[in-house]
Amino acid sequence: MTFTRALSQVISVVTPLALAPLLLGWVNQVRAWLSNRRGPGILQPYRMLHKLFNKDSVMADSASSLFRFAPYAIFGCMLLANAIIPTLSTDLPLASAADAIALVGLLALARVFISLAAMDIGTAFGTLGARREMLVGFLAEPALLTVLFSASLNGKSTALATIVEAVVHRDFAIYPSLVFAGMAFTLVYLAENSRVPVDNPSTHLELTMIHEAMILEYSGRHLALMEWAAALKLFAYSTLGIALFLPWGIGQRATPSSLLFSLPSLALKLVVIGAVLALVETFSAKLRIFRVPEFLATAFLLGVIGMLTHILLGA
Amino acid sequence: MSPLVLVFISPLVGSAVLAFMGHHRNGRDINVAFSFLTFLASTFLTAKVVAHGPMFALDKQFFIDSLNVFLVTLTALIGFTTSIFSRPYMRIEEERGKMTPNRMRLYFSMYQLFNCCMLLALTTNNMGILWVAMEAATLTTVLLVSVYRTPASLEAAWKYFILCGVGIAQALFGTILLYMAAQRVIGHGLNPLLWTNLNASKAHLNPVIMSLAFVFLLVGYGTKVGLAPLHNWLPDAHAEGPTPISAVLSGLLLNVALYAVIRCKVLTDGALGNHFAGHLMIGFGLLSVLVAAFSLLRQKDIKRMFSYSSIEHMGLMTFAFGIGGPIANFAGLLHMTVHALTKSAIFYAVGHAAQKAGSQMMDQIRGLIKISPTVGWGLMMGTLAILGMPPFGVFASEFLILTSAMRQLPWATPILLLGLGVAFGAIFSRVQPMVFGETTMKRLPHPPALLPVFVHLGLVLMLGLYIPTYLNTWFLQAARIIGG
Amino acid sequence: MTELSIQLVNLFASFLLMLAFAMLAQRRVLTLINLYSLQGLTVVAATTVVAHMTHQEHLYYSAVLTLILKVFLIPWILHRLVKRLNVRWDVETLINIPSTMLVGIVLVVFAFNLALPISRLSSSVVPGTLGIALACVLLSFMMMIMRTKALPQVIGFLAMENALFFAATSATYGMPMVVELGIALDVLVGVFILGVFLFQIREQFESLDISHLESLRED
Repeated sequence: MTFTRALSQVISVVTPLALAPLLLGWVNQVRAWLSNRRGPGILQPYRMLHKLFNKDSVMADSASSLFRFAPYAIFGCMLLANAIIPTLSTDLPLASAADAIALVGLLALARVFISLAAMDIGTAFGTLGARREMLVGFLAEPALLTVLFSASLNGKSTALATIVEAVVHRDFAIYPSLVFAGMAFTLVYLAENSRVPVDNPSTHLELTMIHEAMILEYSGRHLALMEWAAALKLFAYSTLGIALFLPWGIGQRATPSSLLFSLPSLALKLVVIGAVLALVETFSAKLRIFRVPEFLATAFLLGVIGMLTHILLGA
Repeated sequence: MSPLVLVFISPLVGSAVLAFMGHHRNGRDINVAFSFLTFLASTFLTAKVVAHGPMFALDKQFFIDSLNVFLVTLTALIGFTTSIFSRPYMRIEEERGKMTPNRMRLYFSMYQLFNCCMLLALTTNNMGILWVAMEAATLTTVLLVSVYRTPASLEAAWKYFILCGVGIAQALFGTILLYMAAQRVIGHGLNPLLWTNLNASKAHLNPVIMSLAFVFLLVGYGTKVGLAPLHNWLPDAHAEGPTPISAVLSGLLLNVALYAVIRCKVLTDGALGNHFAGHLMIGFGLLSVLVAAFSLLRQKDIKRMFSYSSIEHMGLMTFAFGIGGPIANFAGLLHMTVHALTKSAIFYAVGHAAQKAGSQMMDQIRGLIKISPTVGWGLMMGTLAILGMPPFGVFASEFLILTSAMRQLPWATPILLLGLGVAFGAIFSRVQPMVFGETTMKRLPHPPALLPVFVHLGLVLMLGLYIPTYLNTWFLQAARIIGG
Repeated sequence: MTELSIQLVNLFASFLLMLAFAMLAQRRVLTLINLYSLQGLTVVAATTVVAHMTHQEHLYYSAVLTLILKVFLIPWILHRLVKRLNVRWDVETLINIPSTMLVGIVLVVFAFNLALPISRLSSSVVPGTLGIALACVLLSFMMMIMRTKALPQVIGFLAMENALFFAATSATYGMPMVVELGIALDVLVGVFILGVFLFQIREQFESLDISHLESLRED
């Protein structure tokens, strides 16, 4: 029994590791299709990671040990985040270790590291990116928390697994609070993953970039870890969204077979989400950086309205 | 035809006729004729109610008791006298080029429609229709306030519309809450919005809902009463519109809005069994008296000054009805009557004085008594009356209000006295040089209509010296309905 | 069936609340008008569901009336006004949308607290919506205060009326027909008068900016 549990935990850690670059590749591919390009194929992220791991890492002279350590810390944070989100099953061994609030903390820790590392070298771009990242972060985190609170009001617990189980076990119903939380989550999702209305992931040469500005100084295996961590973050947010709002089909027991059964439904949902994300990115224009606070304030507002309607309407 | 129907038909037909005939030479006389007809109908109605007691009409949608019938008469009377006053006043305005034929049509038509809305608001038994009529009264007057199309009048009208619109929306929410409370109590088959039905089962209305409903209703209708701090629209609308409109706004609209508040208070008192509603009204009333009194000190425009005086007096009435009980209610009703009569008389005199001076600024109006003694004496006597000098009726009602305040709320008496004293000083020191002193003003092309001024002041004087028995019983009955 | 209807009404109520916030933050006049008709449509949908659920026939009539008046007629009038006044591309500079939103949230909490004891007493099947309606009223109220242009103020006023209508529908299954007709008439006449007014204001001030209307002050 312990073996199967351990095995299932390994599966739920390995699945994100393996699938995260694929999701990124899929999104990029759809974006390419939507803009009438052939696209590099959905396996491109794997090729890039492979290439980067085989290259030497070049460090700036002024880099401290923090700069070297940061990619590992960020990668670790993202991996752990993926491990505590009920992706394939609600019966996760690690789930009891951390709840929704700890998840937000984990993501915040990664943000602190990436910002510090960006400022470590002292280039203008890095500092600029770090400042903007903190701006986005300090507005997005409360919004994410309100979303999680709305969800946990429905599940009467902050443990993610319990919330998901509560949603799965209830009859189908329209919950206004979840509708609002879902909309808020979508906005946070776009902002936190450096997606188009807030940031542009496919740019390296814009004054307004955020995420790319921070990892500009990295190369080789460090860059590979950073890119992989970003893919993991996208994957974590996607699966978190699925778990909170569309959990139907998730396994409830931690046997490897049940995990494998729930894999197709997860894959299907991810395919849809990736396509929708690409669609949103194609159809929206990037916001001016001054408008980003408004964008995130809207997310926060929707989250709060979700909570309030739950209190008033009881659903 | 029953007089009640005639009370509505007359201004309604008048409005339609004047929409086409208003610019005609006889438009002014037609206006007076229809107002007279309305007044006549209302006197018949009064006689009927005095003889036979409260009556219903049209499937209980209309209800006349002692409380509203005296207001109906008052409204029709002031509507009639104001129409007499507008004859020469609007003629002079037209000759001075401030009014075009189109504007004359609009003016007369809306004047009649406004009267119709006021009378509808007073006589309806349905709280929803009361709301509709109050809103309609705003809509009819809003275009009258801006009829000169000057920047200042447009601004005043816009403010009037927006503020009263917002206020009246609160009253609608209150009405919805009232309906909600009534639905739980009043069974099917009976209309839960009829005031008589509500009054019959007011003790069973839910107190929580009713207290919230009253807050909204008080804020809503209180905006139209001109209670501070919701009074900002009132001085502007009074000052920038034509003077007859200032007279009916002060004399009628404010009273009718207060009437709506009183009807709601009766229900709330019955449901709550305490003085919650009264305390709220006392608070708003006192605040209005103080705010108005100290604003009076800074006025330069004569119509603005007297509109602040209206706010002060409306505050005084609200305070009186807030105290409740037979004496305070009696005083409040008497004050409603004498204030409406006096204030409209003052506005008539002020209108002609401003026309003579060609300005509403008080430092331009000098020596009225030399150039036209009647206007001067009218203004002086009206001012003395409104300031509560004996033997005018305002003295009697203010005296009654003060004594009941002394008995029931001793702490409020100094506040009231302060307000009245400040108002006295502010108004009297300004009116005195306007009436006496050297003059530079010219004569008017048409003789002013001063009959209404002296009729009103005569009535106020009479009410100060002697209240006829039937009027007395009438007030007493109405005071009993209000209770508290 | 009833369960689903209740959920639908609740959903529409929440949607109204969101629209109220959206209007608060909207800069463009045209979008504001469209939001207003969307709000009207939501109210119509909610009314229809309530009518179906409670078998109140007169609610169908008021739903139809609302549909004609607030989804088609008034927005059409407003669109024409915008065209004739040539303020189509008017963009208002709103100060600090995030903090406006925060104040809005405080208002919502206030409204919910105010309505909570009443919704407990309500016999309506959807008691919670009264709080939402009150919140929408307050938010529209706030919109009227914050705006400096005439047309958005008017739309704020109309949005407030929509919210009140929704309050009546959800809390008391609508007012009696006579009253609703009267209210509808008042609103329609009000819009016409405002239209006339806007022309007069523009004629005098050559702009619809209300900040010109500040000469009447106590000095």
